Amino acid sequence: MVGITSYGAYIPLWRLSREAIAHEWGQPSAPGEKAVASFDEDSLTMSVAAAIDCLDGINRDGVDSLFFASTTSPYVEKQAAALIAACTDLRSDILTADHSNSLRAGTIAMRAAIDAVKAGTAKQALVTAADVRISRPRSVMEQNLGDGGVALLFGDTDVIAEVEGYHTVSSGIIDVWRPEGEIKISSWEDRFNFEEGYFKAVKDAVSACMEKCGLGPKDISKAVYYAPDSRRYQQMARQLGLDLKTQVQAPLLDIMGCTGTSYALMLLVAALEEAKPGDRILVANYGDGADTFILRVTNQIEKVRGRRGVKGNLKAKRMLSDYATYMQWRNLVDVEPTANRPPMLSPSAAALQRERDSILRFHGVKCKSCGTVQYPKQRVCTKCRSKDNFEEVRLSDKKGKIFTYSMDYIAGSTDVPLVVTIVNFDGGGRALLELTDRDINEVKIDMPVEFSLRRLYTAGGIHNYFWKAIPLRA
Amino acid sequence: MAGIKDRVAIIGMGCSKFGERWEAGHEDLLVESCFEAFDDAGVGPEDIQAGWLGIQNGPISGQLLAHALKLDYIPVTRVENFCATGTDALRNACYAVAAGVYDLVLVAGVEKLKDSPYTGLVGGGPAMINSGVTPPVPPPVQFALAATRYAYHYGMSIDELKKGLARISVKNHHNGALNPKAHFQREVTLEQVLNAPIIAFPLGLFDCCGVSDGSAAAIITRPELTKNFKHKDDYVLVKAISLAIGHREGELEDDFNFVSFTESVKAAEMAYKEAGIKEPFKEIDHAEVHDCFSITENIIYEDLSFCPRGKAKEYVEAGIFDLDGELAVNPDGGLKCFGHPIGASGLRMIYEVYLQLQGRAGPRQRKNPTLGLTHNLGGRPGSFSCAIGIFGRAS
Repeated sequence: MVGITSYGAYIPLWRLSREAIAHEWGQPSAPGEKAVASFDEDSLTMSVAAAIDCLDGINRDGVDSLFFASTTSPYVEKQAAALIAACTDLRSDILTADHSNSLRAGTIAMRAAIDAVKAGTAKQALVTAADVRISRPRSVMEQNLGDGGVALLFGDTDVIAEVEGYHTVSSGIIDVWRPEGEIKISSWEDRFNFEEGYFKAVKDAVSACMEKCGLGPKDISKAVYYAPDSRRYQQMARQLGLDLKTQVQAPLLDIMGCTGTSYALMLLVAALEEAKPGDRILVANYGDGADTFILRVTNQIEKVRGRRGVKGNLKAKRMLSDYATYMQWRNLVDVEPTANRPPMLSPSAAALQRERDSILRFHGVKCKSCGTVQYPKQRVCTKCRSKDNFEEVRLSDKKGKIFTYSMDYIAGSTDVPLVVTIVNFDGGGRALLELTDRDINEVKIDMPVEFSLRRLYTAGGIHNYFWKAIPLRA
Repeated sequence: MAGIKDRVAIIGMGCSKFGERWEAGHEDLLVESCFEAFDDAGVGPEDIQAGWLGIQNGPISGQLLAHALKLDYIPVTRVENFCATGTDALRNACYAVAAGVYDLVLVAGVEKLKDSPYTGLVGGGPAMINSGVTPPVPPPVQFALAATRYAYHYGMSIDELKKGLARISVKNHHNGALNPKAHFQREVTLEQVLNAPIIAFPLGLFDCCGVSDGSAAAIITRPELTKNFKHKDDYVLVKAISLAIGHREGELEDDFNFVSFTESVKAAEMAYKEAGIKEPFKEIDHAEVHDCFSITENIIYEDLSFCPRGKAKEYVEAGIFDLDGELAVNPDGGLKCFGHPIGASGLRMIYEVYLQLQGRAGPRQRKNPTLGLTHNLGGRPGSFSCAIGIFGRAS
């Protein structure tokens, strides 16, 4: 039996109300708000967060493939999946691949994972998908797009949702596109996009898949599918012959937005969080064609409860104060810094490579003689001076507490004041870390924190990733 | 270990005007301080047998000193050890003189911070080629980490802490107002200090020292040779110079408390032992300490045993460290009024002690001082280079 064995998700803390966007441009507002990646987040960091959620309680050495899907990979040349695998502390002798360039990349990666497990070339294949898509300011899409990430683990033992069948159609239609060198999405006009593109492709793929599996609309317990906005989400339910109230997963568009490549899979996670054994879930995704899957929930489903998932992530949120901050975070405006600080120089690739276990895997060491945990890795123990007598410990999934902190009001242009902390890890050790996703009125000594991979800065075209502390999420 | 006590004499010193010296380059500042020292000692550059130069950033190698003074193919060593740079240059020079390798040596420190286009003290940090993942923590942030913890540790509110710290800034500005070589020569009030904008919470503008250019220099020999020089009766004796280098315990060990800096404690132990000091508070008349931030001076009082742990606020508010107090701290105005041109600071501090011991400190003169101390602390809480010097009058 091949299928999903675990799931996880990540939604950034920040929300921007659609009213704030609409107000800026004197436009009518769509209801609700959208999730917004912080200034230091991207599709790679959100994938890592979702993967860590998904792998909670699972031996990471068992994962032997990692597929990353996004239309907004931080690099055009340079694989994100290999970095994600390192930051997630997976083995290095595994297959990693990026699936990109299509909103369907998430389900294409899922298909690759399923096929690999089926073929026996992978035992446990992890799929992550995330997007931070940018559309033209003032566009309808600007209000609809949200940011988020998801992770699904596929395997053939302890399956929580078995893959009963799948079907794909591909299409060269030009409805939504982004040429090389451009950061904002372009699109053709809506009627064409939805009537000739979206509805047609999804309906074709779904009916073919149902036919293959010998199923009808009544057999579906819950459907999850891509939709650019709430109106199309509802229309699609009617077109597929599904009852919107009982058979369709709540679209989250009002509280999260459409998260691109990861969207349909995030709805799948939301569906799995509520699913009962025996439920049959229809997954449909759109982009340059359509992918559909039929999944059957097993009685193993109860074993993966307690993840943060979509529900848990949605519990924590902070509203962005204004549209200008959003513009700044997405690099759509260039703002004056609060103080002149030196420009960040390109980090040394040699140093990053040498220190990769400390930096990406967030490994510290524990002295085998005296037990002292130290970060970063040392050769000689700071306490007992033993030489080269350490075991490595992973700190990324530990919790910690703020030992002391400061707030830098002359830190530059983003996130001022920059909160710098000394964090003591539960279980020993400490590190000097930035605190992000913070409310400066809540920062205090002994505040509980967890750790989140973030993009520190970009210099010389190199995105420098490292761990920051964040206030412990609910 | 023989130690350095009474084996080296300072027979001349000079100190440039500190400040935003837009018109003066490194060489101009060195000429200003070194020629004052030559005049003071009654010697010329041609008499110097070896040089030690302290500078952290800017021109590298010992050549800078030779270029400025046109030294005649003599050895010059460049020293860098963070904020302890100037004092460490003197330390190395003292050992060469005490060993008898040289009889007359010039020690100079210089730094130009104001040629940088950036705010505050911009040292190695991002300019160093490394992985770049250490958070950007400029000095105010590093020391603010200690301030936040100090308040928590002693159960004070941040406001209470800041009141005590403000008193330190007011004191140092008062002293600086009496010093024509200081960058800032203005008094400030407690209200001004407390209402200043925050730089790195909880530290405000007046909790931070200035950013300045400057240079200072010393000429040293052995005590038995002083009869050949101008200050044969009032030269100043080196009683101790210690240097303690941290191994980064504060960042690695989760029991390091951020309210005491081990490097200061160890350097003080070494220096007091070398100088034969049993009761520092009673025996030391005045101290020039590393007040890069008000919280630093606050913690130094305790680490140097000038007051019991947790009592710094009480002592400073009682005026004990004032210019006319029992133990004057930073009688020349400190880093607060001189800024911190890194390579120069240690020697600038020694310059004040030198003047005080000779009775030449003008409106800042202490009554009949016998022992003065200097203290530099470079790096960040958790890993410092700390140098302490103790100086006394010619016996």
